[in-house]
Amino acid sequence: MIASLTRGRLFLRLMMGFAMVFLYAPIISIIVYSFNESQLVTVWSRFSTKWYAALLQDEQILHAAKISLEVAVLSASGSLVVGTLSGYILSRFKRFRGRMLFSGMVMAPLVMPEIIMGISLLLLFVGMEQVFGWPQRDIQTIVIAHITFSTAFVAVVVQSRLAGIDVSLEEAAMDLGARPGEVFFLITLPLMVPALLSGWLLAFSLSLDDLVITAFVSGPGSTTLPMVVFSKVRLGLNPEINALATVIILAVGLVSGLGALKTAFKVFTPEKAGLQIKEEKCASPA
Amino acid sequence: MIGQVRFLGAPKPGEGRRWVIAGPFIWFLIFFLVPFVVVAKISLSTAAVSIPPYVPLISWDDTATMSIALHFGNYHFLLTDPEYVIAYLSSLRNAAVTSLVTLVIGYPVAYLIATAKPSMRGPLLMLVIMPFWTSFLIRVYAWIGILKPNGLINNFLIWLGAISHPLDILNNQFSVYVGMVYAYLPFMVLPLYSCLEKMDHSLLEAASDLGAKPLRAFVSITLPLSIPGIIAGSLLVFIPAVGEYIIPTLLGGADTLTIGTVLWNEFFANRDWPVASTVAVALIILLVGPLMLLQHFQSKEDQ
Repeated sequence: MIASLTRGRLFLRLMMGFAMVFLYAPIISIIVYSFNESQLVTVWSRFSTKWYAALLQDEQILHAAKISLEVAVLSASGSLVVGTLSGYILSRFKRFRGRMLFSGMVMAPLVMPEIIMGISLLLLFVGMEQVFGWPQRDIQTIVIAHITFSTAFVAVVVQSRLAGIDVSLEEAAMDLGARPGEVFFLITLPLMVPALLSGWLLAFSLSLDDLVITAFVSGPGSTTLPMVVFSKVRLGLNPEINALATVIILAVGLVSGLGALKTAFKVFTPEKAGLQIKEEKCASPA
Repeated sequence: MIGQVRFLGAPKPGEGRRWVIAGPFIWFLIFFLVPFVVVAKISLSTAAVSIPPYVPLISWDDTATMSIALHFGNYHFLLTDPEYVIAYLSSLRNAAVTSLVTLVIGYPVAYLIATAKPSMRGPLLMLVIMPFWTSFLIRVYAWIGILKPNGLINNFLIWLGAISHPLDILNNQFSVYVGMVYAYLPFMVLPLYSCLEKMDHSLLEAASDLGAKPLRAFVSITLPLSIPGIIAGSLLVFIPAVGEYIIPTLLGGADTLTIGTVLWNEFFANRDWPVASTVAVALIILLVGPLMLLQHFQSKEDQ
């Protein structure tokens, strides 16, 4: 009995070890080879930082990085507003007409294949431009698209935070005569600050990383960093991209990793990611 | 008196609420729902050398007569052209295999984390999620260096003397599977973990007291109780995996056909927007079932 239990634990540990190697080997190999002097990416010659120097000289990459950062700041801020409202509505307004439709629309982008969102938004923008003369395809269309898909992530973070805020605080303020707007801005919003911060960071890193949707909705003058990276890596390995990748891994990893560590694993648990599973259903047969 | 004035001045409950709901609701109507209608509309058009590159559905002639031309040929084309049929079937197969393999790898991982000491669960979970926070594109790209003929795996195996010629493991179906499983693994582990973590472990003790061996207890208690987590994880992997574009493009071979690559090529290389739209509509139809299942889980919690 004890022997078989240990065998079971041993199997689990082996699988865990395998999963860890599987998850981290690619990232570590990129970081290691970014310091490789050789042009042949996977043949080690000697330590060098020349690819980082080359990166700083690359106008195309620097320009694209600037656009990407601009888009990421704007769309993270936009998704913060739309996502906070959506999360608040979903967790505080339990009954209204169209609630099912609303929650479906907010949460569907979490799983919707990007290629569908990309083509459908582009066709909408083209149609709107024909009818209203707006919007031109540039940074603004990318920002609108990014807000639309990353709002779901902010809403999920906000919703999970609101679930932990006692409604009686809001009710007490109401009883003391505060208007709904005052309750929201003076009570609810300050209590949500940590969730707002991690929601913003999450939206920021999603925007910085998006390729497929951006490729559809961007215009000729608004090429983002992932688009440049993609066009280069389609041609094969590139030591300069390894250096860029290391910078991105460290930057995105540090900023969003540290900022959202606390809520990171809450975001993708099913009940938070829109797949709510009743506790008792999962925990006991009753 | 003052209280009463304020009461009268306050908006009726529900009045302000409607305005709060209206904002995000309209945003998603315009930028999420309407686009699907536009895609469906353009899928009924035909390509043309113009800007935008399709024939408008509604046209007016000199006598102010409106004519509507609906072109269903794209759908017929999609169902009869073997290239599209193969693309759809291979996308479904890729997504199904990815869900299955992530389940096989992810279940033991989730189980180990869920049954670890409570103080260890957070850090272990973090280890699984951390890679998710780095760029998707770059994580997929990293596999090229690992799998290519003079890449890490082949160099290592040749150095060991296990093989004399490099294995052909890049730019084929195998490398696509590796990339997909790698990219989607966290989506499987997290729902499984949160399901297993809530499980009542006294049930397993009871089974063991009644003489069940650990394997038997696992098969007849843990596994059935974790079915909601298995379904959740599989949907979270399957739905986005069907439309995956980046992984088949970077890691697949010249013969790798998926819905994602076909749609992208029709749109960007052939500039045939109506056919690309038709491919998208067909993909949406394919995903209606899984998406409804997802919504079903969600609305249960809402009640």
